[in-house]
Amino acid sequence: MAKRIDVSGLNVFYSKFLAVQDVSIAIEPRTVTALIGPSGCGKSTFLRTLNRMHEVIPRARVEGKVMLDGEDIYAADVDPVNVRRTIGMVFQKPNPFPTMSIYDNVVAGLRLQRRWKEAELDTIVERSLRSANLWAEVEDRLGKPGAGLSGGQQQRLCIARAIAVEPQVLLMDEPCSALDPISTLAIEDLIGELKERYTIVIVTHNMQQAARVSDRTGFFNLAGVGQPGRLIEYDDTERIFTNPNEKKTEEYITGRFG
Amino acid sequence: MTTSAGIAPSPLRSQPLRGNRLPAWSFFAVAVAVFAVTAGAFAVTKLSGTVDYFVLAVAAYVVIQSAVAWAVEGRRHAKDRFATLLVGVAFLVALVPLVGIVGYTIHRGLTRFDVTFLTHSMRNVAEQDPNGGAYHAIIGTVEQVAIATIIAVPFGVFVAIYLVEYSRGKFGQLVSFIVDVMTGLPSIVAGLFIYALWILDLHQGYSGLAGSLALVILMLPTIVRTSEEMLKLVPDSLREGSYALGVPKWRTIVRVVLPTALPGVVTGVMLAIARVFGETAPVLLVIGTSASINYNPFSGSQGSLPVFIYNEAQQANATAITRAWAGALTLIAIVMLLNIVARFIARFARVRG
Amino acid sequence: MDDDERRDTIGTGHVAPRRSASSLAVGRSSRGDVIFRQLARGSGILLLLIIIAIAAFLVSKAVPAIAKDKSNFLTFTGWDPDGNPPKFGIAPLAAGTLITSALALIMGVPVAVGVALFISHYAPRRMAQLLGAMVDLLAAVPSIVYGLFGLIYLVPAMAKFQGLLHKYFGFIPIFSSTGFYTKSLLVAGVVLAIMILPIVAAISREVFLQTPREHVEAALALGATKWEVMRTAVIPYGRPGIISATVLGFGRALGETIAVALVLPITFKVTLKILDIQGNSIAAEIAVYYGDAGKVGRGALIAAGLVLFAMTLLVNLIARAIVARRRDFRAAAA
Repeated sequence: MAKRIDVSGLNVFYSKFLAVQDVSIAIEPRTVTALIGPSGCGKSTFLRTLNRMHEVIPRARVEGKVMLDGEDIYAADVDPVNVRRTIGMVFQKPNPFPTMSIYDNVVAGLRLQRRWKEAELDTIVERSLRSANLWAEVEDRLGKPGAGLSGGQQQRLCIARAIAVEPQVLLMDEPCSALDPISTLAIEDLIGELKERYTIVIVTHNMQQAARVSDRTGFFNLAGVGQPGRLIEYDDTERIFTNPNEKKTEEYITGRFG
Repeated sequence: MTTSAGIAPSPLRSQPLRGNRLPAWSFFAVAVAVFAVTAGAFAVTKLSGTVDYFVLAVAAYVVIQSAVAWAVEGRRHAKDRFATLLVGVAFLVALVPLVGIVGYTIHRGLTRFDVTFLTHSMRNVAEQDPNGGAYHAIIGTVEQVAIATIIAVPFGVFVAIYLVEYSRGKFGQLVSFIVDVMTGLPSIVAGLFIYALWILDLHQGYSGLAGSLALVILMLPTIVRTSEEMLKLVPDSLREGSYALGVPKWRTIVRVVLPTALPGVVTGVMLAIARVFGETAPVLLVIGTSASINYNPFSGSQGSLPVFIYNEAQQANATAITRAWAGALTLIAIVMLLNIVARFIARFARVRG
Repeated sequence: MDDDERRDTIGTGHVAPRRSASSLAVGRSSRGDVIFRQLARGSGILLLLIIIAIAAFLVSKAVPAIAKDKSNFLTFTGWDPDGNPPKFGIAPLAAGTLITSALALIMGVPVAVGVALFISHYAPRRMAQLLGAMVDLLAAVPSIVYGLFGLIYLVPAMAKFQGLLHKYFGFIPIFSSTGFYTKSLLVAGVVLAIMILPIVAAISREVFLQTPREHVEAALALGATKWEVMRTAVIPYGRPGIISATVLGFGRALGETIAVALVLPITFKVTLKILDIQGNSIAAEIAVYYGDAGKVGRGALIAAGLVLFAMTLLVNLIARAIVARRRDFRAAAA
């Protein structure tokens, strides 16, 4: 199910402002890729171009290619709605729909596709919540508002919602930055399990987290003030954290800036 | 694929990324075609009328464009197109009458919107006479609204101060609830109340002042609510800074809190003035009827601009109707001006805050 | 120290500075504080008294008039309070008020919600600000102008439309007709719909604009089309706002006087036939009849006003309850 992503020569713009310049990266299926770097280096912006969420901002656009198993998601005849269904996303702040129950949150994406039988949905809800390690905690209150859960539970609910539609790729934009350490640990364990089935790209501020969860790590940095962000180095996580090629990477890893 | 619950693979089919989308020019093409065909239908059949044409053509376009989208893009995108078209049509449907009313008023009102109209009363003017004006009515409304403002502003601001600075208890909640009730009070009921109290029970007779009293009831909730919002926006740090200097609470409110909130409060007051300037029903019951100029709002019947329009509108004479439109134009001009000034002040306030 | 004062001191954390103010400052300023607080509190009390007085006066005038009514006040269809014997009933007035207001909601609210969606999520941002300001401005047009427009333009202009409704939908009882089309409940409904449109649109627009970005993005990331984003995130989030805007519009429509008085034929028949030359409303009847009313007649009108007051009060209470319950749901959620 999981698919590979090949990005080549990607430039990302907000109106006329070039935010991210010339990114080329190959992301293997069933791996966790972490994107790290100082604030404002464009790693989140880059992540949002991978499922065409970037362009929902007025006058935002991209140049270059993002191939999903050889198919350019920015090709003229590609429907962004299909892209976003195929490439799921989890956000920084847990964002379950406040007016929906836990159950309805999980199936929100499915209900967009077509009509479903109750039994089908029940099955998917259980499977998704189990996959998100949330089933045991919410099994007996599926009808309660999703926003009534704790922050960590809400984030796992959002993950359940994202995987309920069975995407090929899961993008995570600092999914733990709003969570306490215990919830963070739960999410990190979950990421380890999910990588069996999904290609995962995670943006994180937390370098220990990147080291813990990812197979490959990409380091983003600004060329200078007002300059666009660039992908400085991309390699196996172990190598990035022990013996990076670039001096800037090493300085960032060792906490000398950022 | 593996599922941790050990359940059979899901019935979700893997969807392709590609999808047929309608190119931008196709919308234009469909629109031109639909409008042309509708025009043809109007030429051949008994159908007629500009309004009918646009209603039918737009409705046909929405339906046909959605059908085309369904055929090319599928159900979900067709729904999306349909919703977008409906939302756009809703906007047009709303805009036409709203702009139409203003435009029509200007169009009909300009016929008699002249110096005579603005400087003469209806004294000794018969309905069919082409002259006459609304001077007495304008004077009446201006005086009534001015008195109402003088009473309602301090009253309303004090209530707002009470709600924001003093009350935390049950009584505060009650007052807040009362303000809500007053907001929903029909204006004719406010007029009836003054009629029952002031005229029937206290035997005060019809006067501009009675109208003012009715207007006070209508102005209060607007002033209280907007002032309350503005006072709430004043940061606590300002208050605390003042207390820390040993300034008593009331002086802090008068010297620090109110001046900070002032532009917002003024905006609220202006909006309240604009609202009651056009109120007909409450003043209709209590100011009596007068075709002559009465500068004294405290005694005797007085005119009122909205009431003037109401009375002229009900006459069977074209000249009277024309006067009604000129009155309506005058009223709209004043009310719009008040609103624009109020919004200008609000913007100024936002920049400062 | 009264109850409010104590709560205040605890609640706002102004304790220390205020104590020091009252203990160090000379008596004048502490007296100033007391006077100022009493003024503020007094204003609140006065406001309460006004509402009580309104209710009390209306009741005190209405009850004697209803006592003199030789017909059933609730069911009689006619208005002759100064006749001998006095006969008047609220039914035709209340029915007309409710029907015209309901028509206004049916026609006005969907359009208003559409306008709100258009301005908040569909129109380009700069255009949206302009359009929003324009709708706000139109909300300020006085009701007498709507009435004048309704009477002079809409009544004749709608004759054809009313005829078409009868021709094609006449089999539905409410569209049956005598064949003459002029002032009617439908025309009043249309005028009211136009009048409540700006206010309902303005409130709905505000709540739609407040939809958190996260929820919109959550829907988009699931592969929602724009309309599906509206349906899953924007409209559910704004629903309490739409409901309270609708109820507020309903309250406005119920109490609207002059515009309705000019486009209703002022008759006393309880009917659902909205194209017929029939119909009246409480507020319109008061405005039209008060000049001719005798002693009992005035009381009768005040009784009608009391019923209107009660109706709008009830509507506002329902609105508060709905919004409060929804808010509880969301507060529990948040």
